[in-house]
Amino acid sequence: MEFFANPLNQICYLPLLGALVIIFFLKREQSKAIKVVATVTAGLDFVISIPLWWRYLPEGNAFQLTYKASWIPSIGSSYHFGVDGISVLLILLTTLLGFIAVYSSFSAITHREKEYYVFLLVLQTGMLGVFMALDFVLFYVFWEVMLVPMYFLIGIWGGPRKLYAAIKFFLYTLAGSVLMLVGILALYFYNSTGLGAVGLEGLGNPATFDVPTLFGIAGRIPPGLQMWIFLAFFVGFAIKVPMFPFHTWLPDAHVEAPTAGSVILAGVLLKMGTYGFIRFSLPLLPDATQKAVPWMVGLAIVGIIYGALVAMAQKDMKKLVAYSSVSHLGFVMLGMFALNPSGLSGSVLQMINHGLSTGGLFLLVGIVYERRHTRMIADYGGLAKVMPVYATLFMIITMASIGLPTLNGFVGELTILIGAFNRSTWWAVLAASGIVLGAAYMLWLYQRVFFGDITHEENHTLTDVNRREQWTLIPLVVLCFWIGLYPKPFFRIMEPSIRRVVEVVDPGYLAHPRLPAVSTVPPPAHGR
Amino acid sequence: MLADILAVLPETALALMGMVVLILGLAKVRNHLAVAVLTLGSLLLAGVLLSHVGRAVDPGEHFMFGMFVLDRFAIYFKALLLACSFLTVLLSIDYLMRHDARPGEYLALVMLATVGMMTMASGVHLAAIYVGLELMALSTYVLAGYFRRQVKSHEAAAKYFVLGALSSGILLYGLSLLYGATGTLELQAIAGRLAQGPPSAAALAGIGLLACGFLFKVAAVPFHMWTPDVYEGAPTPITTFMSVGPKAAAFAIFLRVFDGGLAPVAESWRPLVWGAAALTMVWGNIAALTQDNVKRMLAYSSIAHAGYALVGLVAGGDAGVQSVLLYMLVYTVTNVGAFGLVILLESRGYAGQTVQDFAGLARKQPVAAFGMLLFLLSLGGIPPTAGFMGKLYVFAAAIRSGYVWLVVIAVLMSAVSLYYYLRIVLQMYLRDGEGVEPAPMVSAVWTERALWACAVAVLLIGLWPGPFAAAAAAGLGIMPLP
Repeated sequence: MEFFANPLNQICYLPLLGALVIIFFLKREQSKAIKVVATVTAGLDFVISIPLWWRYLPEGNAFQLTYKASWIPSIGSSYHFGVDGISVLLILLTTLLGFIAVYSSFSAITHREKEYYVFLLVLQTGMLGVFMALDFVLFYVFWEVMLVPMYFLIGIWGGPRKLYAAIKFFLYTLAGSVLMLVGILALYFYNSTGLGAVGLEGLGNPATFDVPTLFGIAGRIPPGLQMWIFLAFFVGFAIKVPMFPFHTWLPDAHVEAPTAGSVILAGVLLKMGTYGFIRFSLPLLPDATQKAVPWMVGLAIVGIIYGALVAMAQKDMKKLVAYSSVSHLGFVMLGMFALNPSGLSGSVLQMINHGLSTGGLFLLVGIVYERRHTRMIADYGGLAKVMPVYATLFMIITMASIGLPTLNGFVGELTILIGAFNRSTWWAVLAASGIVLGAAYMLWLYQRVFFGDITHEENHTLTDVNRREQWTLIPLVVLCFWIGLYPKPFFRIMEPSIRRVVEVVDPGYLAHPRLPAVSTVPPPAHGR
Repeated sequence: MLADILAVLPETALALMGMVVLILGLAKVRNHLAVAVLTLGSLLLAGVLLSHVGRAVDPGEHFMFGMFVLDRFAIYFKALLLACSFLTVLLSIDYLMRHDARPGEYLALVMLATVGMMTMASGVHLAAIYVGLELMALSTYVLAGYFRRQVKSHEAAAKYFVLGALSSGILLYGLSLLYGATGTLELQAIAGRLAQGPPSAAALAGIGLLACGFLFKVAAVPFHMWTPDVYEGAPTPITTFMSVGPKAAAFAIFLRVFDGGLAPVAESWRPLVWGAAALTMVWGNIAALTQDNVKRMLAYSSIAHAGYALVGLVAGGDAGVQSVLLYMLVYTVTNVGAFGLVILLESRGYAGQTVQDFAGLARKQPVAAFGMLLFLLSLGGIPPTAGFMGKLYVFAAAIRSGYVWLVVIAVLMSAVSLYYYLRIVLQMYLRDGEGVEPAPMVSAVWTERALWACAVAVLLIGLWPGPFAAAAAAGLGIMPLP
């Protein structure tokens, strides 16, 4: 029972427990009970994850609340959970969006409800495990486990091209992650016995998949090998992010997925890719990271501009939001590969921001889709007259997404741009053009959907958002304002973890910072 | 002498019980279930004897004039092979009753094939290995054609026999060349001779032919042609058996001969097996993509899996051997499970059915559908199933030995494989409310028992692989080298 005394285990496996309860104790017809159990589980999971906010001490150890137990001793893999500042924020985002996803599905999902909520809850466990795992095998297990429920969510409850979208999502992500596994194994053997036939001597350490232990050899991996491992990781993570040109699965998956699926997909799944970079690639492979910077930044900037331009051309609201994700994730990658504290903290904050605002946009699109069964922008117009509350909420989330000051997007993008500017003026200039384009496509969308006259008869009778729908959106709006007005606590939590990453990946920077870090929190006295 | 008899006690007991079952069958015993239960009991008995004998004898000692050992490697494989046969019999009981077939000869042949396979696992002398191989092969030829009034079954047996005989001939030719080059058939002595200097042309030719023969037996590309037809035509429980038992036994001798006796000349055969492994994974998976018949699809999938296991063989060393051992276990429980579900659904005549027969299964039979999902994910190597752990060990062993590109091929191909495994999943779960009906499911208690066992094993190995990997570490000291 020691296992379940650890808060991380509780948070991770509670959704699974809920899923098991639904499978074994509820019948297919008990629709109401299923919803209640699923909502209570997801809600409770969010509630028990909130204490992480203060139980994780930024000044403390690198990884906290750890739980380590023997798992596969013969290969040196252990069951190791733990969180740092970055994963705490992502875990909170996951539990919040997980709850919202369940709560928002009541009216959208009308058939095979039992399986739906089971898959949603299992998915939640998988995602949380990814952010908590500190052992490569364990990480990989959760990383792949999550594919299966997502495949079903898209494939069963998706739109007209759901089968195609589901298999594309699955195979794309899988192809990337298996290569990542090869990279993991190469790293593992370099640390221990070496790679025989290619003539690479190992370091002779005890074989281990333990991530914090492997951080210890970060500087000692020869640059050539680092490059290969970086490439293997890159394929896995870049597909997940998705970075241009690996993004083609995303519009399909987003458009075909049910609303809750899109929320989870945009809000959490994409963050796994960026999380992978910041957790593994940067601190484990500093030389390769440095060398990859021009390429990564190039792809990120192309992604920002390309995503925005393609979004502008979309006629389907959901597709527009999907492409906007490509653009926003480009910002996250840009900030990350600026490799300085402001870029990285902006990048992590922007992960959260994107989860909130894009999750919110998908929810909003889902609300009108449920009423009208169309997502075509041309089928709407003048909605502000019949759905005033909806229009207001949509406006706030749109502004958050664009990056209007006082809302979260502004803080994230500004911080990223400071970081990017610090490295190169041009990066910031090019990226900033993405913000302009972002404002253009979002406002244009808003204008076409909400302003003007009501052009379609059906739209006259649309009902405004109901109480439940409001409550799925209000937490997002509140958080958008909180981060926009007072982001300091967020920066405070992630600061030391980010500093640790920078210490490894660009040690020279901290010695002679070209610009002060955005946050005013003093650096931790004890480095790693 | 006594030690010799003791060492072969499990095989002897099983062979004798096989005779008893055969006689009971000829005597037209009416109670078919009792015969089947007797078979199960005999297999269990052999298992119990194995565990006792294995503890009693010295693992380093050679028995029967240097032909037979009972080291941990042999014990591991024998236990696995007995489990294969046990599961096969469980799957067969309902099947035989459904098809009004008399079980006597059938079950006796399964037992004799098992004796052959167990001999293979223990053989350290090429003659002993060959005899075991032939006993297994002859029994399986007959089993493949057991429903002789069915054209497909007939065809399967004929093809299997002709090609099997050919491959045995090639194997024998290879053996004789190797004998000519080294003057001995004892693996350890062969290793000693080969270690003395660069191998002669005759030895190399012998090794090449031997490799071809073995690759045929494990159904590796380009010697795989027989597999889809035979797997499709044979009675499904026999297909199941062929896809796990003889394959595992063939890997046992492959490992013993190549990573044992021929280890000193590993550099000469490794590129060959490397190529065969790569081809097998690529072609097995690509050919499976277009199959509509589930049995043929699983046949190609089993070809592909032989390719993954060959990766472990190429890796060599203790880690490589261990990974193949674990992989065989994982593959056995998974494949028996997948084929078992095909048997349960196999109601539209005898030759197996199409992918579409799984349509809507999740709604009608949620438990069965979930079981199939589990087995398919395990075949595809998705955690938290056994298949992932099996692949992890194999790939790790290969990377450790530096065969990174082979592993890259392997992982990419395992991503490809998900496409066709998911085709069945798609039918089961995603095709709903489109007016589709799955094939009716037969009620078969014994088959279900086997399936439950496999499902539990798949999850157990997937979540907690430590003890199983430790058991597979038997590869240590596959052959005491001179």
